[in-house]
Amino acid sequence: MTAPQEPPAVKCLVWDLDDTLWDGVVLEGDTPPPFPHAERTLKTLDSRGILHAAVSRGDHDMATAHLDACGLGEWFCAARIGWGDKSTAVRRIAETLNIGLDTIAFIDNDPAERAEVAAALPMVRCYPAHLAEHLPDRAEFRPAHVTAEATGRRLLYRTEWRRRQAEEEAGGDRREFLASLGLVMEIAPATEDDLARASELTVRTHQLNSTGLIYSEEELRRLSTAPDHQVRLARLKDRFGDYGIVGLSVTELTSTQSVLRLMLMSCRVASRGAGELMLAHLVRQARAEGRRPVTHFVPTAVNRTMLVTLRFAGYVPVTTAPGDETPMVLEVPADHPLREPGSHVRLLVHDA
Amino acid sequence: MSREPAETTEEITRFLSAALRRAVGPDDDYFTLGLVDSLFALELVTYVEVTFSLTVEVEDLDLDSFRTARRITEFVHRKTGADDPTPLHAGDN
Repeated sequence: MTAPQEPPAVKCLVWDLDDTLWDGVVLEGDTPPPFPHAERTLKTLDSRGILHAAVSRGDHDMATAHLDACGLGEWFCAARIGWGDKSTAVRRIAETLNIGLDTIAFIDNDPAERAEVAAALPMVRCYPAHLAEHLPDRAEFRPAHVTAEATGRRLLYRTEWRRRQAEEEAGGDRREFLASLGLVMEIAPATEDDLARASELTVRTHQLNSTGLIYSEEELRRLSTAPDHQVRLARLKDRFGDYGIVGLSVTELTSTQSVLRLMLMSCRVASRGAGELMLAHLVRQARAEGRRPVTHFVPTAVNRTMLVTLRFAGYVPVTTAPGDETPMVLEVPADHPLREPGSHVRLLVHDA
Repeated sequence: MSREPAETTEEITRFLSAALRRAVGPDDDYFTLGLVDSLFALELVTYVEVTFSLTVEVEDLDLDSFRTARRITEFVHRKTGADDPTPLHAGDN
């Protein structure tokens, strides 16, 4: 027999709610109080950077409302409440959080549920409810490194979850959903503190990326103070939180043209109309400064989205098919009407 | 083999209504309605290419060809049935 390999530390504890997290069943009109020991475990594990999720029986809205009423909602970063197999729900949680099933633990007072999950997902570690208070003492719930960003990670997951929920709930009209987000985009010159993130974006953004040029922090620092260049950053916020810096533009200024050397937008916010908004601003700004809005474009396997976005923003090709080394050049004709930013987002522009 | 314009428009409005999760009429300009983002724009272009077996070139990516279902119909028929120059409608320009 070989020594069993040590399983990886648990990254997410998935809770059954009724008779596990709280003392009773919420479906029956009860308002069961949470077990004090379960609450302690929630907080202890959270401080170690371990996430919590809920997979339980009953009505989704009622269960999550009760979680909130108990003041426990904020500890959870995902929930699936319903009547299907719990193993399926646990699998979905792992997908949502983008973590492996072998880093998931499941706690439930019902042995049949534990057996179902264990049979379908043998890599998920299952625990009976009475162990809830002892979980923090176990080796698998003691991660080797507890990073300072542990709490931040929970907030990040939770914010994403709430956004997704809002989107699902909005169901119907897309414009209403966008309007309900209260989006605010801020466009401003790059400052010293932003350069690292800006440089990282040039490496990591591929789809909404016009030329794929990679700029180091050093280059961006130089360009942001060069008189013939403009470096602009876009930040996005909504009522759920701050997305941080999501977009970057590097523009070269000549006496007659404002040449977009690189424009990119994080794919996380592509569905918020962020790319269109920033482009429209750049076109407007170029014109206001008396320059023709020009952009370069270098096609890749994944950036056709950017080309469509540029074309729909009014950029028209002025060169024939690009050579191997030269980028395609596009320009917004002088008579192209400028689209006003959509009413779903507020635009704040800061200039140097 | 080629489709009737009315049929094409109907097919396109069905796609648009499903994708934008609201009823979209043949002449609704969903761009000015603020319903379009980069992801949807690419989805729309890809849909047109796949459904009507054509390639949308850089030059074809004119917003005016894509802003309503009827405009897309005209574009599709221009690309595929170049021999049918009959305007599909009048006066909605």
